[in-house]
Amino acid sequence: MKRVIIIGGGIAGMRSALRLAEAGLHPVLIERDAELGGKLRNWHALFPDFTQAAGVLDELRTAVARRGIEVHTGCTVRRFDARSAELADGSRLEGDAAILASGFTLFDARIKEEYGYGLYEQVCTSADIERMLNEGGLPAAPRRIAFLHCVGSRDEKVCQKHCSRVCCITGVKQAMELKKRYPEAEIFNFYMDIRMFGPGYEELYREAQLHSNIHFIRGRISEAAPTFDGRLQIKAEDTLTGRPLRMSVDLLVLLVGMRANADNAALAASAGLELAPSGFFAPRDPFLGNVRSAAEGIFLAGTATAPKTIGETLNEAIAAADAAAEYLKTR
Amino acid sequence: MAGRGASWQEYQKQIADDRYYYARSCIRQNFFPGSERAFLRMLREELGRDICDDPLHTSCTGIGYHSDIVPLETIMTVVARQFALMAEAGYEHFVTSCITSFGIYNEILNTWDEFPETEERTRRYLKEATGRELVRPKSIAHTSDVVFHFRDRIAERAKRRLVNVVTGEPLRVVEHIGCHYAKIFPKSGIGGAEFPYVLAGMIESWGGSCVDYPERRHCCGFGFRNYLVQANRGYSIANSHKKLESMAPYKPDFIVANCPGCSMFLDKWQYAIAEIEGTTYGADGRGIPVLTYEEMAGLVLGYDPWELGMQFHQVDVEPLLEKMGVDYDPAAKYLGRDGKYIGKPDAAVVNGGPDNRVYRIRE
Repeated sequence: MKRVIIIGGGIAGMRSALRLAEAGLHPVLIERDAELGGKLRNWHALFPDFTQAAGVLDELRTAVARRGIEVHTGCTVRRFDARSAELADGSRLEGDAAILASGFTLFDARIKEEYGYGLYEQVCTSADIERMLNEGGLPAAPRRIAFLHCVGSRDEKVCQKHCSRVCCITGVKQAMELKKRYPEAEIFNFYMDIRMFGPGYEELYREAQLHSNIHFIRGRISEAAPTFDGRLQIKAEDTLTGRPLRMSVDLLVLLVGMRANADNAALAASAGLELAPSGFFAPRDPFLGNVRSAAEGIFLAGTATAPKTIGETLNEAIAAADAAAEYLKTR
Repeated sequence: MAGRGASWQEYQKQIADDRYYYARSCIRQNFFPGSERAFLRMLREELGRDICDDPLHTSCTGIGYHSDIVPLETIMTVVARQFALMAEAGYEHFVTSCITSFGIYNEILNTWDEFPETEERTRRYLKEATGRELVRPKSIAHTSDVVFHFRDRIAERAKRRLVNVVTGEPLRVVEHIGCHYAKIFPKSGIGGAEFPYVLAGMIESWGGSCVDYPERRHCCGFGFRNYLVQANRGYSIANSHKKLESMAPYKPDFIVANCPGCSMFLDKWQYAIAEIEGTTYGADGRGIPVLTYEEMAGLVLGYDPWELGMQFHQVDVEPLLEKMGVDYDPAAKYLGRDGKYIGKPDAAVVNGGPDNRVYRIRE
């Protein structure tokens, strides 16, 4: 049975593995962390319909286990090509083709020093909110919450020029979740543009304004600083009214973007892949070859190539698996 | 403040240990001449360093540049001349007393790096105009960087600390950094632009505690266009007002700044705000003293406050001197270097004088 090495045991890797197994191939899943699931393990609910992340993840993980797919967790791939992957401990796994589903890295909000993440306890990221919601909620009921969009996205100052796509709708979703839990709280979203590209997104955005009373202010927050009474003062500009504004909040949520993994360049060099200017892996072409790479026998799935939603990632994982299966038919 | 360690670690820079070429500040020579003198005394007498105070150097023309009076080519040539003078005097490390100048020197060196043709053009202009050769300095530091560099040596020689001698508590200090210190080039300042460490490090080393208040990063309002254009001065004072209102609840014992404009405006605007708004700050509404870092270091080293030039301040410093246990002669405050009486300003609430107006004390 032909073997396909899959680098990355997140949702893309698992979905590709299942598809390959259904096609009668032998997938080999390699995951850096101690368990499968990737970023979704730490997520609470998914936009646009608040599906529980754990439900999606459990279904994938159960199917992987039921199929008896070969899984190597706690293994970092140092270099690879279509035929093998060398792990950090020096061991090698052999294969006939490879799917790269190594995902993304969340932007480290500490880099945007002006917001004080890691310094002020009132500042958290969208990932922290998901964790807190999984753990039962915020430590204290907030009176006022501000969400800041595009932290580490569309920002040349931190060399992240691309749009991370999912943060806008995540900001809307999280604002609605917090409003539901803390109906007394005033919630503000500070944004550059609201990009509601997916099915049901625009509707959710309207719902947030009409029924959840979430306020949307077009303008970026310039800085955050603690106040005498233990809150946080933020400064921003409302670009629609053309006025600067200052407000005290109990919680500032930074909607952190997706950035390319730090080891993408090394992996690309080992496998003869190309990187996009954003640092993500470049597909062979953006249309007919969007899950194929520049290297023969290596396929790309999910956020390894660019920020994507979970639905897009799962679809692409199937497409990459099909492309790999098609490739192996000719070998 | 503890969480800032990581940020402070990230923004470090090399500061030369000896043999400095000193560029004075236009504003400070007029408003804080004692501070520049104290800096030279500290370096030469306390620390045994070689520093060249060259009478040939001129203004960097930064005020004119920021006011659109001096063109870029001119200021580049003036700056090139300062560097040429440094090299002719046999020095390689340029230290500047002014934050505006510090920003100018960094901006011009960075411009020369990004656009080498501008350096070549400047080199040619300098040669044609003065016959001098441009030699780039090995390092550029602000004088507050140099005091920061020697903060532990100064602490070893300290006669007193930034501690309230009555309560034994550390003095609460507002540190204010000039915008052009690190907001233009964060890597050029110790601690970066968001959480500068240059003054905080001195305060920590000398026993005080820093006040973190919401408008800590805000500009003092000095900005050249704000005060040079009379119609904009309300904007200037509004910025200082915003900062003073924000820091008042923390009851700071004094403010220390590393920029000539900030030291001057945060001090003098307190008088103006008292007259305009009827509001005063600090204990008993007598204002919050504003010190330069050399004055702060000088007090720690036991220098006489009047030799440091602290009688030049708008807000009286005597309450602070008493908190620190400084032994000073109140009668000598308005005596000049030759012992002659130099005159006394009219009484106002922020300089200890009686006033029959009723002020609102902002606490």
